Amino acid sequence: MTTEMPLWEVFIRGQHGMSHRHVGSLHAADAETALLNARDVYTRRNEGVSIWVVPAAQITASSPSEKGPYFEPANDKVYRHPTFFDIPDEVGPM
Amino acid sequence: MYAQMIKSEATADDPDKLKAFQARIDAGEKIEPKDWMPEGYRKTLIRQIGQHAHSEIVGQLPEGNWITRAPTLERKAILLAKVQDEAGHGLYLYCAAETLGVSRDEMTRMLLDGRMKYSSIFNYPTLTWADMGAVGWLVDGAAIMNQVPLQRTSYGPYARAMIRICKEESFHQRQGFDIMMKMANGTPAQRRMAQDALNRFWYPSLMMFGPSDKDSVHSTQSMRWRIKINTNDELRQKFVDQTVPQAEYLGLTVPDETLAWNEEKGGYDFAEPDWAEFYGVLKGNGPCNTDRIAARQKAWDDGTWVRDGLMAHAAKRKAAKAAAQ
Repeated sequence: MTTEMPLWEVFIRGQHGMSHRHVGSLHAADAETALLNARDVYTRRNEGVSIWVVPAAQITASSPSEKGPYFEPANDKVYRHPTFFDIPDEVGPM
Repeated sequence: MYAQMIKSEATADDPDKLKAFQARIDAGEKIEPKDWMPEGYRKTLIRQIGQHAHSEIVGQLPEGNWITRAPTLERKAILLAKVQDEAGHGLYLYCAAETLGVSRDEMTRMLLDGRMKYSSIFNYPTLTWADMGAVGWLVDGAAIMNQVPLQRTSYGPYARAMIRICKEESFHQRQGFDIMMKMANGTPAQRRMAQDALNRFWYPSLMMFGPSDKDSVHSTQSMRWRIKINTNDELRQKFVDQTVPQAEYLGLTVPDETLAWNEEKGGYDFAEPDWAEFYGVLKGNGPCNTDRIAARQKAWDDGTWVRDGLMAHAAKRKAAKAAAQ
């Protein structure tokens, strides 16, 4: 019985200097073949200039059931946004 | 449509949880892999995305048939790129299905032993080069009709796979139409080939959307869950309305004597395909069912030593690296 190839998550940096962005996943025996497969599966139309592959098992994710307690503390700190502060028009752009 | 006759699963979950889940879907929220979901939703999606993925993979076979015999080097390169895209689409979809707790190898086994299906359309043979045109124009055209609304489906990974696929799919339809234009403007023999391809692929393309709404027993639940956005008949009508003028442009005749513009409904009246043939093909009695599964089985069997070799090599390298540390 063949063991199934592990799953890798694929991150690609596009043309314009943005961060690597998650694009999907794929199976491969090791990191080198994961990179080759990622090139073939996810960059057939010049979608990227750099690829990261990460074993899916190595990713630690926040739990959806704790979404509330996890992210809500940010909700009541509106002063973190610049629009919280009223600056008089005569001060000019800021 | 690449997913036909998806049986929706009954669900025996806590009514309160079900209500909250439905509210999320009605509010347009995306369901993500680790979120709670009804067992029926999960199973129906595995079946639907799996069938869609298998269709992409099996769908390489009728077109792969012509790669070595493409009329020019350019056509060959284009067809090769198209078939490679289909492999990519299959992989995106297998990964989306895997987030629901089924492995790709398991889905492959279910395809090979008949527990999972692929679209009926790929059980028809591609007899001439004009069929490459008809497949791109009609089959990919019908697939796009279905896939564009699925970009808004409720399950996040499926919706994201669909977005990637739709970006690439329009190339497929255009390259098919381009072949049809060339043939339709060619010699009388080429025009006859183009017409013959349209004659053979018209009704099987209409079947891709699945049976008529009145016979489509599983649609209601799937539509509530937003894993199906439009009804089969809506999409079929849209496809006919879009395709008939394109056939006229090519100077080809749609093989339907009853076809007529209906001013009142703002769409064409057209003949339904032979549903007995459709159910026969799904049961395994289409012209190519046996060949298609045999080809997939052979690919799976012949690839075993490669997969084993890659895993053995990876294990050896990992062990060597560990020993060196």
